[in-house]
Amino acid sequence: MSGAIGPLRAGGVVLPGDVPRPRTGGWRTGRKPAVDLSRCVNCLVCWIHCPDTAVLQEHAVFQGFNYDLCKGCEICVEVCPADAISMVPEQTELAAGGVLPGTGVLAHGQG
Amino acid sequence: MANLKELALLEERAPGFYGGHSLCAGCGIPPIVRTVLGSIPGPKVAISATGCLEVATTRYPFTAWGVPWIHVAFENAAAVAGGVEAAYRALSRRGALGAEPVTFVAFAGDGGTYDIGLQALSGALERGHRLIYVCYNNEAYMNTGIQRSGATPYAANTTTSPVGSLGRGKSERRKDMTAIVVAHHIPYAAQAAASHWQDLGRKVERAAATDGPSFLNVLATCPPGWGHDAKDSVKLARIAVETHYWPLFEVVEGHYRITHRPLHQRPLEEWLNLQKRFSHLHGERSADLVVRLQQELDEGWSQLQMRDAADAEWFRAQEEAGA
Amino acid sequence: MARVETTSQVLTGAEATAHAMRQIRPDVVPVYPITPQTPIIQTFSRFVADGKTDTVLLQVESEHSAMSAAVGAALAGGRTMTATASQGLALMVEVVYIAAGLRAPVVIAVGNRALSGPINIHGDHSDGMLARDSGALQLYAQDAQEAYDLTVLAPRLAEHPDVMLPVMVGQDGFNVTHSAEPVALLADEEVGEFVGEYRIPNPLLGGEGPSSHGVFAMPDSYFEIRYQLVEAVEAAEHVYDELAAEYARRFGRFLPAIDSYRMEDAQRALLVLGSAAGTAKDVVDDLRGEGERVGLLALRLYRPFPEAALRAAMGGVTRLGVLDRAVSPGAYPPLFSDAHAALSGTGIELRSFVYGLGGRDLSTRALRQVLSELAAPAAARIRYVGLRGEDDDGES
Repeated sequence: MSGAIGPLRAGGVVLPGDVPRPRTGGWRTGRKPAVDLSRCVNCLVCWIHCPDTAVLQEHAVFQGFNYDLCKGCEICVEVCPADAISMVPEQTELAAGGVLPGTGVLAHGQG
Repeated sequence: MANLKELALLEERAPGFYGGHSLCAGCGIPPIVRTVLGSIPGPKVAISATGCLEVATTRYPFTAWGVPWIHVAFENAAAVAGGVEAAYRALSRRGALGAEPVTFVAFAGDGGTYDIGLQALSGALERGHRLIYVCYNNEAYMNTGIQRSGATPYAANTTTSPVGSLGRGKSERRKDMTAIVVAHHIPYAAQAAASHWQDLGRKVERAAATDGPSFLNVLATCPPGWGHDAKDSVKLARIAVETHYWPLFEVVEGHYRITHRPLHQRPLEEWLNLQKRFSHLHGERSADLVVRLQQELDEGWSQLQMRDAADAEWFRAQEEAGA
Repeated sequence: MARVETTSQVLTGAEATAHAMRQIRPDVVPVYPITPQTPIIQTFSRFVADGKTDTVLLQVESEHSAMSAAVGAALAGGRTMTATASQGLALMVEVVYIAAGLRAPVVIAVGNRALSGPINIHGDHSDGMLARDSGALQLYAQDAQEAYDLTVLAPRLAEHPDVMLPVMVGQDGFNVTHSAEPVALLADEEVGEFVGEYRIPNPLLGGEGPSSHGVFAMPDSYFEIRYQLVEAVEAAEHVYDELAAEYARRFGRFLPAIDSYRMEDAQRALLVLGSAAGTAKDVVDDLRGEGERVGLLALRLYRPFPEAALRAAMGGVTRLGVLDRAVSPGAYPPLFSDAHAALSGTGIELRSFVYGLGGRDLSTRALRQVLSELAAPAAARIRYVGLRGEDDDGES
């Protein structure tokens, strides 16, 4: 058999920290979301609608995208009321969190 | 009702549902789960029926659940939830647990609710367990490859109600599951959609505060099952509400209230045209099917409006008594 | 063996079981009525209504939901018991398998009854055999006293850290469930002390962190998780032996996995489950009085099957008549199959006898006949004892 199968507790019980989360970012087919921070109004509508918790936030402040999880569904692009999110080719170089260069820097949330 | 910032802070503090699951891109289910879990204050336990949500979120040894979670079988989520809740009552009674109340939330698809799970749900509702039952309703057996269910709408093309030289999609009307639940005289039932997350969140808060069973029938978009673009998930749910295909309402102790009135009723075609399961409805040959679907919607909406009007006084009295 | 304060009451097996449940004080009992189990839950409901136990009693809408709620309650962290029979067990069997797989230590009292069709409310073991391969442990009581004692013992067996499995405590429908006899009950405190606190790892409530129970296992892990179940069921035999010894030490009644009756120097013996043991003991006594070297083996523990203990119990037996109160149409019946596999290579000749389906009486005359047939070469592949046409005894 290949690979580990976890701690094998009685009944196959698993705990959230048992294994790293599967990297579902591999499902994307050539395009990824990117944000124009100069347009982002931090409404978090993209955050609530993301099926993969791939929109990051910290203390309720938008923190860009987690490309390990994002499956590329484009819902964030559709729901953004400020037209701040767009899909770009996978190889596009972006600033941290998927920010389009020159549009701003992600501000960390205040706890 | 919590706003998105509050929901975000809550999720940050106590994540109930993680990414890394294998639900389809654009799946309508996770935002429902996150909004439900995020709108419930305090500790909670989730109970799942077999279905998309269960299979895709707990592929051994991974779990997407940040709250205690149990799945037993397809048809028994309500019974399992009742057992968990009963143990909570027993353990609390003899002081074995902390004082903070725990909320129990069952998640089941339409198959596990409308069809195979109906008996267990009926029993649990009748017994009056304090739990929230959430039906994530994607209107067919999606997990097994899009077979028709009791929630599948009239004329929809599924793998077991296929369109062919004779077949015209599902030949039966969908059940009114919410009405069946209401007939159990439970204190709270509602219909919701993830597109209207604030409405959904408010209903969850109300359900969590209800001393007894509550039921939320939440429309869940399904890109492969409905044949729509993943990106259109939220848009479609909104269209479902605004065409009156999926009205948003709540039923408090048997009294109906429409919780969201679309400014204008959108044409049914907007709902049909975005989904391949209805692609056979284009053109003259299928005009009668569309007419029947429209009739169903109009009847449902007008009945709902009548109920809402009849119960408006009751809600006013409640609010005055509360204020 | 210590003798303890007991009170003796005339009780049916069902009533005795309900008393055991009252004394165990389970946290949750989800249950649905079915003959011949119904007097268990009626009696127990009365105890709850009278405040004799603070159990949360769930009157569910089916046995399927009873077992489903039981799994939820047991894994949430509450001691859980239920009761069923026949069609009810058939309906819940899907969840019995899952309970075993998820390692939910639920105690299930079973009033063993025939399965439909045709519908029949009387005793046989077809229902228990339906759950034979579920991973739930199975105990069979010979009489009301044993139904009581095994029910008291069952939670410890179910909840043992090496076991963590559902336990079915069977008693023959009507023969035991509805037959009154003097039953010695332990003191309430003694039972409370014996069963102790319910504890499982990773409960849904009050656990150290969130745990996920009942996950989806692919071919890369399912086999290992199921193999773990096999190991747990096998470990239960030793745990049962230790508990039976402890029970005897504390309460003076010894219920070994196999009840060996007059097996010293026996050449021919019977192997049975459940209430047939009582009749068989009378017959063995009579024949011993006539100088015949016959004995009886009655299994109290049927799953796990006490294979080594059975081999050890055989002594000098050369022919063993296995009495099944169930059939496996088209093959040998279950107890025979198990015994045959367990005794393979011993040179002992096993014969299959089927009796008592749907409450057909098993007479002492019929059992004498079985033992006398054992002295001669086999007349049939499987003998149907008491069947009209095959055996006139059924009409007597």
